[in-house]
Amino acid sequence: MSLAAAMRRLPAGGLSLGLAPVLGAAAAILAVALAAALMLGDVRVGAADVAATLGNRLLGLSLPVDPIREGIIWHYRASRAVVAMACGAALAVCGVVLQALLRNPLAEPYLLGISAGASAGAVSVIVLAAGAGLLGVPAGALAGAALAFALVGLLAFGAGGGTERIILAGVAGSQLFNAATAFIVASSADAEQTRGILFWMLGSLGGVRWPDAALAVPVALAGLGLCLWRARALDAFAFGEDAAAALGVEVVRLRAGLLALTAVLTAAVVSLIGAVGFVGLVIPHAMRFLVGPSHGRLIPAAALAGAVFLTGADVLSRLVLPGQVLPVGVVTALFGAPAFALILWRSRGRR
Amino acid sequence: MSLSAEDLHWAPGGVPILRGVTLRLPGRGVLGLVGPNGSGKSSLLRLMAGLRRGTGGAVLLDGQPMARMRRRDVARRLALVEQDAATASALSVREVVALGRPPRRGAWAPWSAADEAAVAAALARAGMQGRGDQPWATLSGGECQRVQIARALAQEPRELLLDEPTNHLDIRHQLELLRLLPHLGARVVVALHDLNQAAAFCDEIAVMQDGRLVAQGRPAQVLDAGLIRDVFGVEARIERSGAGLRIAFF
Repeated sequence: MSLAAAMRRLPAGGLSLGLAPVLGAAAAILAVALAAALMLGDVRVGAADVAATLGNRLLGLSLPVDPIREGIIWHYRASRAVVAMACGAALAVCGVVLQALLRNPLAEPYLLGISAGASAGAVSVIVLAAGAGLLGVPAGALAGAALAFALVGLLAFGAGGGTERIILAGVAGSQLFNAATAFIVASSADAEQTRGILFWMLGSLGGVRWPDAALAVPVALAGLGLCLWRARALDAFAFGEDAAAALGVEVVRLRAGLLALTAVLTAAVVSLIGAVGFVGLVIPHAMRFLVGPSHGRLIPAAALAGAVFLTGADVLSRLVLPGQVLPVGVVTALFGAPAFALILWRSRGRR
Repeated sequence: MSLSAEDLHWAPGGVPILRGVTLRLPGRGVLGLVGPNGSGKSSLLRLMAGLRRGTGGAVLLDGQPMARMRRRDVARRLALVEQDAATASALSVREVVALGRPPRRGAWAPWSAADEAAVAAALARAGMQGRGDQPWATLSGGECQRVQIARALAQEPRELLLDEPTNHLDIRHQLELLRLLPHLGARVVVALHDLNQAAAFCDEIAVMQDGRLVAQGRPAQVLDAGLIRDVFGVEARIERSGAGLRIAFF
């Protein structure tokens, strides 16, 4: 009854599928993306090798498999796929939350300059305080993300608020922090040892290993859980902050908490794979179209779809130019920029 | 005991909007809030709904300062319908009304039969039964107001605050909406502009002027030519017929 009732409460303007089929389809596609991520690349491996490797590593079996292939599959590709899924899910959830809280269809960590801030913070720690420890880089990224939030918020609301001003403030913030990142990387003596400018501005999953998953997975799961817990409060923002407050939401506390959460998620993602754009923009809009605007359905759907999208984008980035590494952010931007244009185009009639 | 404002002051940025308003709701029925533009009607409603904190005085709910209550507990007691509610979300009517349920549910509680029944009852009370699947974006102004009222009723409030719900409605929809007010199952405070409508549909009237409450009582006691001249700056003649009254302006 309750599920049927929930499914009947479907919106117009989208395909309005139920949550279960969308989650099921996304999980199936995720499995396909995962298989592709493990099999495809410079060295192609077969499904049998993948199955044997996973059996050996996850189930403790001792199936015969070429150790070099097992090493590639497990240490390089599996860790990379897991981090891609966690980061994609985290970025998509960030987009959902930011769009709801700011009531802005274009809000996402990359366009708001939060990712650029995190990059600048991470790079600062790497260059200025080399060897700051395991948590040094994520902590630096978090400080940078928080600074970017503060700066963009001040700029946007100082300029009078509104949808366009937040994005314009984000553009200013992105430019500033990207310039800072480029300056720090370019001027550091050991630029070769630090990851390149391209990594911090466009992102790459190239250097990812299992220890990175130990940060990405718990952070993404915790973020997802917290956002699901506050899903109904996010629904209440549909008619604005005052309406949310009238519906019993502690607006100031919720907004502070969730903005801090998006800063943490963004910082964790950026510290691992650099500033990957548009995942937080494309996925929430696509999922809103598929499952409707209710956050109890939108958040899990976006998390799954974000995981699929970034994993798929990473596979594509490995295949497009044989023998070369295309930053994953280039692939997400190739999909994301047209989506951005489409959303901008569709919003023109509203006012 | 109910909802009341006690010597409520509000001066955001140092500009006094409310200058010591004491307003107590009647035990039952509809209280009309009238007054010229800028007299503080909307501000008073927003403060009484707890959306803003006064700079002096207090809003009491059952004798307890609202400022010390949790927002969720306030939302289970009273509901607010603001002017010109708008959203960019592609919500259906039922989804908008369902927004009134979270104050009554836990964060993880599934959508229950009681929730479904409350939404259906609220839609019926607001005269929107059978319209649950319609997209919000396709509603007329009067229907939007009704759906917002249904959303407020889904909170199952004991007090319902309405800020100029007849704004932008044609006369037929104005009257339909006003006729709903006594049948909503809650004490209603409604800000209105039309004095004749206030006199006809409200059990009590509170008159605001320049951030102060200058009169409160039954329409026939409160509304007279002198008060209307003082507060609204227009000449009027009051025609009384039985319990009712009609105001002619010149």
